[in-house]
Amino acid sequence: MEKIYARTKGLRPDVVSGFCPGCMHSTVIKLIGEVLEEMNQMDNAVAVLGIGCCGLHMEYMSYDNVTAPHGRACAVATGIKRANSKSLVYTYQGDGDFASIGLGESVSAANRGENITVIFINNGIYGMTGGQMAPTTLLGMKASTAPKGRIAEEHGYPMHMCEILNQLTAPYYLERTSCNTPQNVLKTRKAIKKAFQNQLDGKGFSMVEIVTSCPTNWGLDTMKSLDYLNEKMLTEYPLGVIRDNG
Amino acid sequence: MERVFMKGCEAIAEAAVRAGCRFFAGYPITPQNEIPEYFSRRLPEVGGVFIQGESEVASINMVYGAASTGTRSMTSSSSPGISLKSEGISYCAAARIPMVYANVSRGGPGVGSIQPAQMDYLQATKASGNGGFKMMVFAPATVQEAVDMTFAAFDYADRDRNPVLILCDGVIGTMMEPVVMPEMKGDAEIAAIKDGKKSWAAIGHELDYAKRGWIQPGNWSTAVMQQGNEEAAAMYDNWQKNDVQVEQYKVEDAELVMVAYGISARIAKTVVDKYRADGKKVGLIRPITVNPFPYEAIENLNYGQVKTILDVEMSIPAQMLQDVSLAVKGRCPIETCLCSGGNIMKKEQVMDAVAKLI
Repeated sequence: MEKIYARTKGLRPDVVSGFCPGCMHSTVIKLIGEVLEEMNQMDNAVAVLGIGCCGLHMEYMSYDNVTAPHGRACAVATGIKRANSKSLVYTYQGDGDFASIGLGESVSAANRGENITVIFINNGIYGMTGGQMAPTTLLGMKASTAPKGRIAEEHGYPMHMCEILNQLTAPYYLERTSCNTPQNVLKTRKAIKKAFQNQLDGKGFSMVEIVTSCPTNWGLDTMKSLDYLNEKMLTEYPLGVIRDNG
Repeated sequence: MERVFMKGCEAIAEAAVRAGCRFFAGYPITPQNEIPEYFSRRLPEVGGVFIQGESEVASINMVYGAASTGTRSMTSSSSPGISLKSEGISYCAAARIPMVYANVSRGGPGVGSIQPAQMDYLQATKASGNGGFKMMVFAPATVQEAVDMTFAAFDYADRDRNPVLILCDGVIGTMMEPVVMPEMKGDAEIAAIKDGKKSWAAIGHELDYAKRGWIQPGNWSTAVMQQGNEEAAAMYDNWQKNDVQVEQYKVEDAELVMVAYGISARIAKTVVDKYRADGKKVGLIRPITVNPFPYEAIENLNYGQVKTILDVEMSIPAQMLQDVSLAVKGRCPIETCLCSGGNIMKKEQVMDAVAKLI
């Protein structure tokens, strides 16, 4: 019988994912692995992992990776790419990492038009540390450090990273996707591939923001967290191509 | 080689380039701006990369990334900027990433003053970031030494896969002196050095879990973490046995021994000569590596003969004093001659301090 689907070689075959049930990290890292294989780039790739759930798969990735200090992934990726321009360098960061503590590094790398790819996982909350408020937390959304929910007067408003970076001249490609439906999973896969191809073509900074769920810290089961993502998250963070200079 | 007249900061940068440094990222702060400025002109000439980072934090992390590819890489800053780099330095130490950085230190704490000081001794030698790691720390007393130490620092960093610190005071960084530059390493040699790191560098590897480049500044396994800490501790012990550098100046018959490093040592040496001309038995121990610290040189003094130790440093409170005390072990009194906050040690102050003790 012909084998038409297999687990990506980017992940060790003998290790079970450490992510929570319903977490979309598993889907995204699978997609990244598949795309790297498809593009024949697995032996040329260097992943720069943020701190938080983003780094949970470092143990069982089969290809090169560097763990960056919290928020500094874009600076670390800058160093790797500039020192060894032939590598395919991407960062894998959550919202706390990319949009809060790492805001300076993120915006500055985008503004320099660094020829790197950012895969930005936006689930509106801190995952690994247990559900604290993130810059992307929705108004009214409860967090362990915002027990009454995010209040605009006290905490400000959710940050839209694609739109913020879209104010800059240098970024080449900015797209927001999700993994909430099979169709959107395929769109995310396509966006990741495009972002990687941009880098191989020397086009400069590309980012795919992927809106995902965090059932554990949202306090919802996997199906209800999908509903929440569809109804609330995607209203705040509409999907689509924000910029494509290609 | 020809002698050239160079400012300390620029000489450090040139020495690094000659040692094969091909990546520098840094952020402006006085009194070390001539280091990034020099690199920005010089690195493109040799096919290297210079980046002005958006912050000290970003700069050290760019170096962490560049050095992770096996490229000889460097950053520099001055005291408060070094504090900002602490996180990245700790990551480099944890992930066993070789890199070199220079602290052209100024008055502190806080934003302090832009004038020279030696107020980062404990930070440099004991706790340059979280987690108890250590580094080889070189303290030049002349621009020539700053050149030679920077050139050698890259070899030490690669040997140990660990960061190396050039602990410069603002005097060494900003004054001009004649120096002889080391021979420039050729492209082939630099490429060979980089190739030597291929097995672990994050440059892409044949698809095989066991062969991947994994730059790992921590681990989920406490057993793996402890093993890494034990290996690092063994390395630190080896430095203490094999890599201590110290200058002992006229200590054989000395009754008063000064201990001083960097620019303070240079001033103290002048004072030794002044008193020796009058027949006074004064000597100097100058730590050249402040980590590993030359405990043995101080420990092995003849305390039947040495009446007093004088710790001379540009820091209030005294910092190196703690290491000196560990070596003296209460066998004679230790006095101090100190200034701080950006005031440069004066010969007269050291002369007076010695006069009171002999």
